[in-house]
Amino acid sequence: MTEPVLETRNLSKRFGALTASDDISIDLRAGEIHAVIGPNGAGKTTLIHQICGELRPDAGEIRLLGQDVTRLGTAARARAGLGRTFQVSALAMEDTVLQNAVLGALGASGRPWGFWRPVLNDRALRTRAQEALHRVGLDEMMAAPCAALSHGQRRQLEVAVALTLQPRAFIMDEPMAGLGTEGSKRLTGLLDGLRAQAPILLVEHDMDAVFALADRISVLVYGRVIATGRVDEIRANPEVRQAYLGEDA
Amino acid sequence: MIAERHVNLALVLGLIVVPSWALAADEPFTITLATRAVILALAAVGLNIALGIGGLVSLGHAAFFGIGGYVMGILAYHAQTFTPLDLGAFSIAGTKAMPVIWLAAIVLSAFVAAVIGALSLRTSGVYFIMITLAFGQMFYYFAVSWRSYGGADGMSIYVRNSFPGLDTLVPIQFFALCLVLLGLVLYLNARLVRSRFGLALDAARQVPLRVRTVGLDPLRLKLAAFVLSGAVTGLAGALYADLNRFVSPAMFSWQFSGEIMVLVILGGTGRLFGPVLGAVVFVALEHFLGGLTDFWQIYLGIILLLIVLFARGGIIGLLCGKRGLHD
Repeated sequence: MTEPVLETRNLSKRFGALTASDDISIDLRAGEIHAVIGPNGAGKTTLIHQICGELRPDAGEIRLLGQDVTRLGTAARARAGLGRTFQVSALAMEDTVLQNAVLGALGASGRPWGFWRPVLNDRALRTRAQEALHRVGLDEMMAAPCAALSHGQRRQLEVAVALTLQPRAFIMDEPMAGLGTEGSKRLTGLLDGLRAQAPILLVEHDMDAVFALADRISVLVYGRVIATGRVDEIRANPEVRQAYLGEDA
Repeated sequence: MIAERHVNLALVLGLIVVPSWALAADEPFTITLATRAVILALAAVGLNIALGIGGLVSLGHAAFFGIGGYVMGILAYHAQTFTPLDLGAFSIAGTKAMPVIWLAAIVLSAFVAAVIGALSLRTSGVYFIMITLAFGQMFYYFAVSWRSYGGADGMSIYVRNSFPGLDTLVPIQFFALCLVLLGLVLYLNARLVRSRFGLALDAARQVPLRVRTVGLDPLRLKLAAFVLSGAVTGLAGALYADLNRFVSPAMFSWQFSGEIMVLVILGGTGRLFGPVLGAVVFVALEHFLGGLTDFWQIYLGIILLLIVLFARGGIIGLLCGKRGLHD
């Protein structure tokens, strides 16, 4: 079997008496959407923070494209190929939609040390940003201030900024949170098309979206992965049903 | 609401018309006041790069202002006494040439800003304010005890330094020189805001996490902003010393750090011309209110309080509304 794009090996993180990550080993393979589900407080966000470099694990290892990135900071991991979206949008609210996307392209270029030429006139960066915005359907909103976007549009912009990085793996923290049925459907379609470009590690509460999108699912309870498998396996797993899905799922 | 560029244009015109009028009416003191406003504006433009774009609340910018002042004072002192300036391994001659003095002031204050910034940026919030304040005070007390260059009394430079082709002792000529420098720095600042660095730095102020997530290091961006900021304020210090033909430890005082921060906030934090408007208003208030009462700073305080409470964008924010995104 080919090597996974992203994997965690025996990842552990404790906060005092609380074990937020308990020996977590999951992997993300090329072309798939791997959903991580679990009840509130299961340690999903802690896991993401460790994968993206905001938190150091106490033990274990994180590998991206076969390279150990456990000691790298957030910025270095982004450069190594992680494209992340946030649960609570982390966008430059005073800037326009285009500026936010150009920032992504600028980060990907690795050359922020230009003091003279206007960044928005840089054709390469602009093209890259516009392509990403087109992909998520925000063409019309390019000149709008980010603060004027609806909640759903901010979610789309989050994905667009991640796209400008042309990442090797997407890490998405509850992209559907707070979206209505319409928005959720739209984003589901978008993510569905993204997996061919780079696999997605998807932390999500919206079960309809998870069952529609995921190739595999891992279930996290009290910091431990209690099951990993295909959608039908997870649906059928008695332990998962008891811990999380409820008997009638 | 007035367009921000109209306010900016009015400011530029005012800074040309008023001194021209003063020249015609033979009011050299007004020209000196205008020069003071322009130099303070330059110092505040420097601070605005760190404070307004980078979000770095530095209460130690007097350090750079003072360094600029002392660079001018020391070089000119050695030139006027015909003594070499001993730098340990080698010694250099003093100079009265402004371009050389400016260059030295810019380089040295940038270097010191890099050191102070690298140490201070490990902290944030109130700790950043305190540590920059502490660095500023360190320079202040050093200057006070530096006997060779006047100690607490400061030192006088009897003749203003020279600029090729100009007679800098003529007030309007020195004013014009300062105004051109301010214009040049503002132009560079405007380019910077729209550049790659400007976009990344502005985002680093708003959401550092986002900047890290796209693979950039917000701390390095902020450090670069701090260095540029210190260099500009250092240049202003050299001009200020030349205006007064006098340098003293007061240039290093934390009150001065506070004063230029007041200029920025008064005019409009993060606005290109905010510091300029702030400096003009400040010098005008100082002159007119100061003529009425010795306690004019109380009224300045009240005005500042009102601005901070009711007009977060400073006077420019009050006149022009929220920041236009492409300005």
